[in-house]
Amino acid sequence: MLRMLVSLFSGALFGLGLTISGMVNPQKVIGFLDVAGNWDPTLAVVMGGALLVVIPALRLIFKRSRPVLEDEFEVPTKKELDAELLGGSALFGVGWGLSGLCPGPAMTALASGLAPVFAFVAAMIAGMALYKWIS
Amino acid sequence: MENFTPVSGLIGGLLIGLASALMMLFNGQIAGISGIVGSLLARKASEVGWRAVFVVGLLLGAFAYTLATGGAMPVSIQVSLPVIVVAGLLVGFGTRLGSGCTSGHGISGVARFSRRSIVATLVFMATAIITVFVTHHVL
Repeated sequence: MLRMLVSLFSGALFGLGLTISGMVNPQKVIGFLDVAGNWDPTLAVVMGGALLVVIPALRLIFKRSRPVLEDEFEVPTKKELDAELLGGSALFGVGWGLSGLCPGPAMTALASGLAPVFAFVAAMIAGMALYKWIS
Repeated sequence: MENFTPVSGLIGGLLIGLASALMMLFNGQIAGISGIVGSLLARKASEVGWRAVFVVGLLLGAFAYTLATGGAMPVSIQVSLPVIVVAGLLVGFGTRLGSGCTSGHGISGVARFSRRSIVATLVFMATAIITVFVTHHVL
């Protein structure tokens, strides 16, 4: 129960952060990616602000033997740079550049009720299902 | 650079960071949205529960913003429907194949100084910048 409350609260903070920062707006994200145009560095400030919190926080958190409400930390252990990582990230970047939407802002922007956001999320989930099906 | 909004960007970034830290401290989970949404396709209730709740939280955060400011969500999409659908497919397939997106790799992974996440972030930033350059300045 407590775990669910933490998820809900963290999700809400995350969604609020994405909205306040303007990252829910694909036009603003494209403004960052368009380095040859009228460049808008805001996305870099958002990532920097998040890292400012997460880098020291994880350092402290991983000194604990376990999370507060679970038995262990679920952290990826893989170290190799493989073709899946590189190819998948490259494809993701193309989709991100075409639309200005990535998964967090897309899910959050559903709150706008705009039809294209729903179309994007439906296609994104179809893409995820396709990966699950062939892998 | 008249579109640059560093103050709201910094406040939003700090909130996103705080949310990511809380998920790890209490639940031992990375706040990576592609992983969270992708795992909703699982059948096991124990895997789906907290992730579905997190997504509900994302929407509540957005609604809290619109309630507090009295305005609409600042979302504007200027891309045609076919492009949106192709982009969505690429983002969904690519993030699962590449094990993460802007949140899981770009924030939590980079913050752990994970080599995989740092490389993934550089790769998707690069292909996104190239894509925008081609669609906005070449085509």
